[in-house]
Formats: sequence, C-alpha cells, structure tokens
Amino acid sequence: MSIPATHKTRVAFIPNWPLRIGFILLAFYVVWAMGQLDVTWARFVDGLSAGQKFLGRMFPPNFSAEKVEMITKGLLESIQIAVIATVIGIGLSLPIGLLAARNLMPAWIVWPARALIAVCRSFHEVVIAIIFVKAVGFGAIAGIGALVVGSIGFISKLFAEAIEEISPKQVEAVRASGAGFFGVLIYGVIPQVFSRFLGFASYQFDSNLRHSTMIGIVGAGGIGGSLFSAFQRFDYDFVCAILLSIIALIIMAEVFSNYVRALFNDNLALLDYLRNRRATKLSQEKSAGLGAS
Amino acid sequence: MSTHAIRRWERFTPEQRFLRFAFYFISVAAIVFSIKNIEVIPEFLYDAPEQLADFFQRMWPMDTAYYQKSVHAALIETLNIATLGTLLSLTMSIPVGIMAARNVVPIKPLNMLAQLILVSSRSVNTLVWALLFIAIFGPGAMAGTMAIAFRSIGFVGKLLGEALEEANRGPIDALTATGAPPTSVFLKGYWPQVMPSFVSIALFRWDINVRESAVLGLVGAGGIGMAMDTAMNLFRWDQVAVVLSTIFVVVIIAEIAVSAIRRRII
Repeated sequence: MSIPATHKTRVAFIPNWPLRIGFILLAFYVVWAMGQLDVTWARFVDGLSAGQKFLGRMFPPNFSAEKVEMITKGLLESIQIAVIATVIGIGLSLPIGLLAARNLMPAWIVWPARALIAVCRSFHEVVIAIIFVKAVGFGAIAGIGALVVGSIGFISKLFAEAIEEISPKQVEAVRASGAGFFGVLIYGVIPQVFSRFLGFASYQFDSNLRHSTMIGIVGAGGIGGSLFSAFQRFDYDFVCAILLSIIALIIMAEVFSNYVRALFNDNLALLDYLRNRRATKLSQEKSAGLGAS
Repeated sequence: MSTHAIRRWERFTPEQRFLRFAFYFISVAAIVFSIKNIEVIPEFLYDAPEQLADFFQRMWPMDTAYYQKSVHAALIETLNIATLGTLLSLTMSIPVGIMAARNVVPIKPLNMLAQLILVSSRSVNTLVWALLFIAIFGPGAMAGTMAIAFRSIGFVGKLLGEALEEANRGPIDALTATGAPPTSVFLKGYWPQVMPSFVSIALFRWDINVRESAVLGLVGAGGIGMAMDTAMNLFRWDQVAVVLSTIFVVVIIAEIAVSAIRRRII
C-alpha cells in the first residue's frame, strides 16, 4: 500500500505570483508617492510633539456658558439646514430617479437624467456650497442648496437602481388591469421600492447632517463657521467642545435613523429594538406570522 | 365553530401604529420648526438668478492654459493623497475591523473599544480631520493624506467587521478542529471569505476619497483644492471652471474604473 513514486506532493496553498508582483509594485508606488507628498518619518516625529501640545491645548474642552450658547445656535442651524435639504432633496430625487430608471423610461429621457445625477454626484458638497455662496450669498440658504444638490446625486442614483431591480410581474399585472402610467407607478412600482427608499432617505439625512456641520467652513451656515474661526484663532479648547458636540449629535442621529429603519422595515417596536438583535429576529418572525396581512 | 368571533386582521399593532405616527409627527414638527426658524436674507435671494448667470458668464471661456500651469500637478497630488490615504487606512482598519467582529474576537471590551474608534472616525468629517492634522503636521499634503486615512478607518473598519460577522462558520470549525492556531484560522478560514468584499470596500472608499481629497485644499491640506482656492481668491472664475471640470472628469473616470474592476473581481 505504498504511494506510487510518480504521485506529486500537492501544495495546499499555491503561491499566486501575479498577486505578489502586484503587491511589490504597490510597495514601489507607496515609496514613490510618499516622496512626492513629502511624507517623511522626520515630519511625523516632529508632528508628534506638535500633536501633544495641540491635544494639551484642546483639553479640557471649553464648555463655558457663552460658548455653549454659540454651539447650540450653530448646531440648531445645522439641523435646520439638514432637515430642509433632506426634504427638498428627496422631493426632487423621486422624479429624477424615476426618469433615470431604464426599465420604465425611454433612452432619450434616461440619459439626460443620468447626466444630471452624475454632475450632482461628482462634486463634493463643500465645492457646491462655494458656488451657492456666490449665487445666494452667505448663510443657511446656500447650505440648503448645496445639500439639496448632493442629495439629488446620491438618492436619485440609488432610487433609479432600485427601480431597475424591481420584479416586472407586478408591473405587468397592474398594467394588464388597465391602469394608466401613474396607476402602475403607485401600485406596481412604489410598493416594491418603498422600504429601500426609506433606507436611502434616512441614510441621506445622516449624511446631510454630517455635511451641514461642515459647509460653514465656506460660509454656508451652520456650526462649521464657528468651528473654522475657532481653528483660525487657535482657540483649541473651543474646537474640542464643538467637535464633541458634533460627534454626540451625529451618534444620536444615527441611533434615531437606525431605529426608524427598524420600525418601518421590520415592524420592530421600541423594546424589541433595544433588546439584542437575535431576540429581535424572533419577534420579527412572530410579527411576520401574526401581524403581516 | 359558530362561537368563534369574527377576526379582524390589522396590519400593525396599536404600538406600531403609535410609533409610526410619532415618527410622522416628529418629522413634520421638525420640518415646520426648521422652516420657521431658518435665517434667510431675502435681499440675497432676489438677485440669485442674476448672480448665478453672472457667475457662469465669468466662467466661460475657460482659461485652459491654467491646466498645464498649476492644475495638472495638483491633480496628481490629489490622486496620490487619495490612494496613499486609502492604503494607510486599510492597514489601520484591518486590526480595528477584526477587533469589532464579535465572532472573531469574542471579548466584549475590545469590541466596544473598536466600535468607539470606528464611530469617532466616521463622525468627524474629512475636512475637520484635515484641520486637526494641519495643526499637527503643518499645511500640506501630509495632513491631507492623514485626514483621508483617519476618516476612512471608520468606513472600511465598520464594513469589514460586518463582513467578518457574516462569515460562514463551517470552514472555521473545520480549521479549529484540526488544531490550527488562531492566526491560521483567521488567514485560511475568515480571510478567504471576506477578501472579495474587502477589495470591493477598499475600491469603493478609494472612489469616495478621490472626491473628498479634491476639497482638502480649501483648508490648506494639499491637492487640487489649493489650485481652486488660489483661483477663487483672485476671482479668476475662468480658472475655477478649469478646476471644476477637471474634478468632474477625474471623478467620472475613477467611478468607471472602480466599477470595471469590481465586475472583474466579484
């Protein structure tokens, strides 16, 4: 029962030479790019001591009464910008996303709509904010405009993709019953994409909130303005206070929108949600068996 | 069963209905509150169309010579910042992502620590990271690269952690049963399962980073934003137009490239 001599020993994990060569080339690129960008160890070490000084000046954060008032005012304005921009952005994205869906619209409508989405998507919100600041002056309106454009770029694209992935059966069934275009839309298309759309919308609200704290850097309203001027005045303990408030706000918004998604997509009640995810799976199945019609 | 009461089917329980109503109510209240309280200066709005027309008029014709003069070098710098930042963030987010995966590292405090790192990385915008790193390393591309890297940790680490948590138990159990040490279990059990999604996460983040690194220059962290900032400060809108169209073209090319690579890999 000896192994035949011709039997080759099999290597369990065959070396992947193209991949290895790829990694070596990547390593060369990294070295070259670091030289180009002047990223050096000496600068890094220099930075460490500067960073220590910087952190030292940031703590303790400055939460004195007048600063807190500035922060609340700025955050409120940021929230207002995010809310209004999300509402307008979603309102505009629905029709644009629909026009960009290849399975419902003829090509001559789809391509202009897709081009518009591409333009909206390829610029960062801050760049768009600069243009709006020029057009409508400093303040919240410019911020709203910038975030609306950003929302259109994001939601319309995902919405169009979601519509393209729907099952055609229901659309045909509704159409066969003699429904017009809007009938098909309301009864055949929207129910299929609604839950995904809700996900995009709540994600976009989060994202708008993040950006609304930032566009103030170019003068488009919100807390970003105070943040940037605090940086320029080397008022680092105030910077720290603002950053902590922004992080707290964003975490709260994320928790909130996670819960909204759970409420609408999985029919989870608050207590279920607060329990562990495995427990919620169970109640989900229960509600699917009992609650869903 | 004649005594059986007629059952009325309802889609939602009263609690669900109440919660949904509460959500709608909060939304409407938030919208009304926002519209009422937002500060608008109407005088600025009246001449917005004129201003916008004037703006586009000044942009045209574009000063195409500006591309060779300063945009090209800045563009290369932007791409380097995005790529190097992404690579740096990958090396940092792999350990954090592993630490966040509850099935790979079944130690609660470590999971929490990883989540904390991920959340703080994601909550601070790239521009703010840039401002922080400018205070540390001074203005320039190094601050931009670090900003891109630190902002991306949260994104890559979160998605990597989720991919790891969804990994199939089978190969892991098989490897553990053979007595493989933890490193081998990870490299031969988990890694092959999450590799495709990791590559696609990395590419997706690179695509985002190309766009983000284009604005870093506005706060002085290097890249094409610097060229734009200079042109704007000089009110050379024809040069700004060159920068904007360059950004547009590069972002579109990056997106097409990323989706082509993803289709080949997955």
